[in-house]
Amino acid sequence: MKSIRLLLRQVIYINKAFWRNPASAFFTFAFPIMFLIIFNALLGNKTTHIGDKISHYSTYYVSAMATFGLISASYTNIAINISYARDTGILKRINGTPLPKVSYIGARVLHALLVAILLVAITALFGRFFYQAELPSGLTLLRFIIALVVGAVSFSALGFAITAKVKDADASPAVVNASIFPLLFLSGIFIPLGNNAPSWIHWIARIFPVWHFALSMQAGFIGTAYNWTDVIVVAAWGLFGLLISIRYFRWEPAR
Amino acid sequence: MNSDLAVEVAGLKKSYGSFEAVKGIDFHISTGEIFSLLGPNGAGKTTTIEILEGFREKNSGQVTVLGLNPEKDRIKLKEHIGIVPQSGSLDRYLTVIETVTMYRGYYQNPMAAEEVIELVGLEVKKNERVLRLSGGQQRRLEVAIALVGNPDLLFLDEPTTGFDPAARRETWQVIKGLSEMGKTVLLTTHYMDEAEFLADRIAVISGGLIVAEGTPHNLGGRDKLLPRISLTYPRDILPPEELKSERQDNGDTVFQAEDLTSAIHIITEHAKANNLSLESLQIVRPSLEDVYLGLIGYNEDRDQVEEMSNAKPGRRTRRGSGRR
Repeated sequence: MKSIRLLLRQVIYINKAFWRNPASAFFTFAFPIMFLIIFNALLGNKTTHIGDKISHYSTYYVSAMATFGLISASYTNIAINISYARDTGILKRINGTPLPKVSYIGARVLHALLVAILLVAITALFGRFFYQAELPSGLTLLRFIIALVVGAVSFSALGFAITAKVKDADASPAVVNASIFPLLFLSGIFIPLGNNAPSWIHWIARIFPVWHFALSMQAGFIGTAYNWTDVIVVAAWGLFGLLISIRYFRWEPAR
Repeated sequence: MNSDLAVEVAGLKKSYGSFEAVKGIDFHISTGEIFSLLGPNGAGKTTTIEILEGFREKNSGQVTVLGLNPEKDRIKLKEHIGIVPQSGSLDRYLTVIETVTMYRGYYQNPMAAEEVIELVGLEVKKNERVLRLSGGQQRRLEVAIALVGNPDLLFLDEPTTGFDPAARRETWQVIKGLSEMGKTVLLTTHYMDEAEFLADRIAVISGGLIVAEGTPHNLGGRDKLLPRISLTYPRDILPPEELKSERQDNGDTVFQAEDLTSAIHIITEHAKANNLSLESLQIVRPSLEDVYLGLIGYNEDRDQVEEMSNAKPGRRTRRGSGRR
């Protein structure tokens, strides 16, 4: 009970620092919305086939940028901020206080989830008012929210896991972006994967969690089929991230 | 456990792979004492302290901190110790009061946030963000968050590195104040004047062993070392022959005399006879730094000391330390 109270309290401080840090507020928060506007200005009027639906690119990008936003709020945000906090000795210092580790890590994940929800909500409102996006409701909304929570928690776990591969704070933006951007492209986030895309790209998309998560978001915004398999694949990757973190996560700066 | 002792260490050993960082050391710190651990980088200081703090596990030996075993009772111990690590461990985007309040919430019997901020003299900077504080102010904030849990024992790791002289003095006053509050302090530093001003007792660690222990006054037999008299003689005048002397590279002549009074007498008589001014006359007691450098073998084997410091496994890079 006490760990939960400390967790919620920690979220408040993480949140304050988050919004005051221009880098995290801009790259995590403003980027996905900026991309949404740019992509739609360039391509919004064209249509594309998404599953069995014909969709405007604009609607597609609402879903894709919600996906991108959630990933940057969880994976990228956690990986970069944790690497920095570790490198500067903040994590070690926290580890020297009675604050339970689970409260600190839980607070980071919960904060990432809240930022992700806010980002997805803003993207959805943009979509609703400017880009003919459907908004999920009823049972679809419930399934959408489950996918969103599973996604935010799983990508957060992967964010913690990747810090094991980050040497120091200087290396973190490079490692983090190099690990996620190619995958975002290969999963059709910025350019939809048409049927003509080479099969190796489809295979990569199927193996990694980004494409599966994107499909769950599309089910909400575009009305394509929702598959629990997609949610399970994302959750499995989250579990993998959790196991790696338990084994390799460091509280102390590299030496 | 003896309740007068805050820390008891016996036969402590720790290796990293084949590197023996700590080779079997013994020391104790009494409750309410400021105890300083001195030694070059790589001597085993940080390893020893991190074992006491519970960050590392020892290979062998006995370690008791506030009556607890830092490995088994780590969670309980965290409640009663405060750690000031080497600089940089603050969130730059929180304010002073937010930082202190955040850490305060982690403890069961904390001090009031305002009280701690006042104690380190940051009242006027209370609502300032960390990134807008000077290096000295950030360091004092680090002391504040180590204190807010109302710990019995504080670990201060090089608390004034990189400070200007005024900021050092301010921080020293804060540390002296802690001891007056009855708190035990374990201090590491590279500044001998800092150890001399603050420490009740000093242990010098070198190559993983404690090579000397004592008060700043008598460490390494400092109180028994002979004072040195130095004086500059013109080229054409030889120093008095009755005294053993040595001419140094800078032209000064140095005497080491067991009987200071008669040595001074001989020197002044000789000066009077030769019509010499005594403006350059100095009587120097061996400084703590002289004693320290002798203890760590600086003169004989300088390269070895540097090599050891490079081989140190816990070597840290200092970044984001916020001296902006």
